[in-house]
Amino acid sequence: MKDNATTAPPLLEIRDLHVHFPVGNKLFARNRRLLRAVSGINLSLGHGECLSIVGESGCGKSTTALAVMGLQEPTSGDILVDGQSIIGDNAPGRMDRARIAQMVFQDPYASLNPRQTVHRSLAAPLRLHGTPNSEIDDRVADILKKVGLLPEHGARFPHEFSGGQRQRIGIARALILGPRILMLDEPVSALDVSVRAQIINLLLDLQEDLSLSFVMISHDLGVVEHMSDRVAVMYFGQIVELGRWDAIFARPTHPYTRKLIATIPDPDTVLHPDRDRRAGKAPEPPAGYRFCPEDIGRPDVYSVPAESALIEIGPGHFVRCATA
Amino acid sequence: MRRFNLNLWLGGVLTLIVIVGAVFAPWLTSLDPVFDANLMYAEEPPSGQFWFGTDEQGRDVYTRVLYGARISLTVGIVSQIINSVIGLSLGISAAYWGGWWDDLVNGLTNVMLAIPSLIFALAIMAILGPGLPSLLIALGLTNWSWTCRIARSSTLSLKGQGYVQAASTLGYSDIRIMWTQLLPNMVGPILVISTLGIGAAVLAEAALSFLGLGIRPPFPSWGAMLTGARELIVIAPWAAVFPGLAIFVTVLGFNLLGDGLRDYLDPHMRTRQQ
Repeated sequence: MKDNATTAPPLLEIRDLHVHFPVGNKLFARNRRLLRAVSGINLSLGHGECLSIVGESGCGKSTTALAVMGLQEPTSGDILVDGQSIIGDNAPGRMDRARIAQMVFQDPYASLNPRQTVHRSLAAPLRLHGTPNSEIDDRVADILKKVGLLPEHGARFPHEFSGGQRQRIGIARALILGPRILMLDEPVSALDVSVRAQIINLLLDLQEDLSLSFVMISHDLGVVEHMSDRVAVMYFGQIVELGRWDAIFARPTHPYTRKLIATIPDPDTVLHPDRDRRAGKAPEPPAGYRFCPEDIGRPDVYSVPAESALIEIGPGHFVRCATA
Repeated sequence: MRRFNLNLWLGGVLTLIVIVGAVFAPWLTSLDPVFDANLMYAEEPPSGQFWFGTDEQGRDVYTRVLYGARISLTVGIVSQIINSVIGLSLGISAAYWGGWWDDLVNGLTNVMLAIPSLIFALAIMAILGPGLPSLLIALGLTNWSWTCRIARSSTLSLKGQGYVQAASTLGYSDIRIMWTQLLPNMVGPILVISTLGIGAAVLAEAALSFLGLGIRPPFPSWGAMLTGARELIVIAPWAAVFPGLAIFVTVLGFNLLGDGLRDYLDPHMRTRQQ
């Protein structure tokens, strides 16, 4: 399904992305250090694919998303859309970029301007991009229907909606310009459990209807399991495991991935404590290699990470290792 | 239904009284504030003929208070508009763009806060000379630091919000983001600080005129009237009490109005129009 990467450039490609933040005292250089939020990410996203980036808070997954959105200047590396770089000197302007990728934010309570009606929040970007006035009302009503709201809802202010409804409005805003990539930054983690499934189903329906490609950022593997084609597991600035979702969930190999998956509540484990379907025997690293980083739990985000590489252990299944 | 907003109503009524007095002064009194001086009637106490009494030159205090409102309101509102424009553009842009521009604006704001604004205004007035235009410039350039601070801190807390980031990814220019996403969401605190600023400017005008650096004596400014009345405070207290009361009512009115408007403009209190 996604094996056409050799013939055409992928929709989105991230090449050796680094994002470093200077931290510490501005005046005294001796106290200044670099926080390496993202150190050397390589990822690609195919047409119509859903790629999930998972990892704990502070692992750099949101920074990666912001860099793709143009909200965070990368320190080095390249981001390409259809083989064309979107950062640096040849970068497209904000207006062109807006039609490439849009973002759905984590907190539905902070992602809508409280002083604008829903209609205005959705109509303003259309007007900015030159949609004729006669079409704007129809486009807004249309997108509201697509996300499961009523056109009448446009006259309301954000505080008149529930969290799930607001997230629908956030999705409508992200889709109003017809972008090709949707960046989902923890789209359901701020929502009530009962509403999560509705939003996930909505996103899956929209992906099919509008032939969208998703990059989903999440720390919740339960959500990822339902939506992703491929999963990238990030650990403090680096990808430690990458593969199709079934490979990641069936044969988690890197110790960190195994640890993450072990945190998913599993009813079987509760009912039969002696039969944990996920634990199994810890797999061995490929011959001649050791897993990297081995020491999970004490990340050092200030120094240059040790030499390591992603080693292919199955078709499209990579694990970060260093030579033993 | 909206809850009754006492601040808004009281502030609105007091402000309206002052504005009506200023605008309709020629219709509310038949006398002239400067030329209708008559020493025959000097220092008359309040009566049916002179509602607020007369001053040492026999001018009607009521008439002068009415015309004084024109000067006080002009100075208060115009200088606060200058202050708001300076403070908002510096504060929002500094916080949104950051970097050296933020450092520069911050430094400037701290310098402005360290200099007592009345002393600074005095210095500007001493250079420009007395008169209404120099008063507007002096008070308009010296009182923007609090507006700037509030605009800056509001922007810092707002710019991380999803809707501001979304506006950027939707293609909005920086100026458009500041204008449509940031500015409307700080209206509450800015309105409050602005109405307080109008009150402060009215007081500063009175102080400068009292010191002889604002409006020159024959013209009716409340501050200048207080200067004139200072020597007769025992013999003719009404000449000082009524301009003082006018300052009090104006400043109180604007402050209450600011508080009331903040509640009124809060979108969480806005109900849907059916």
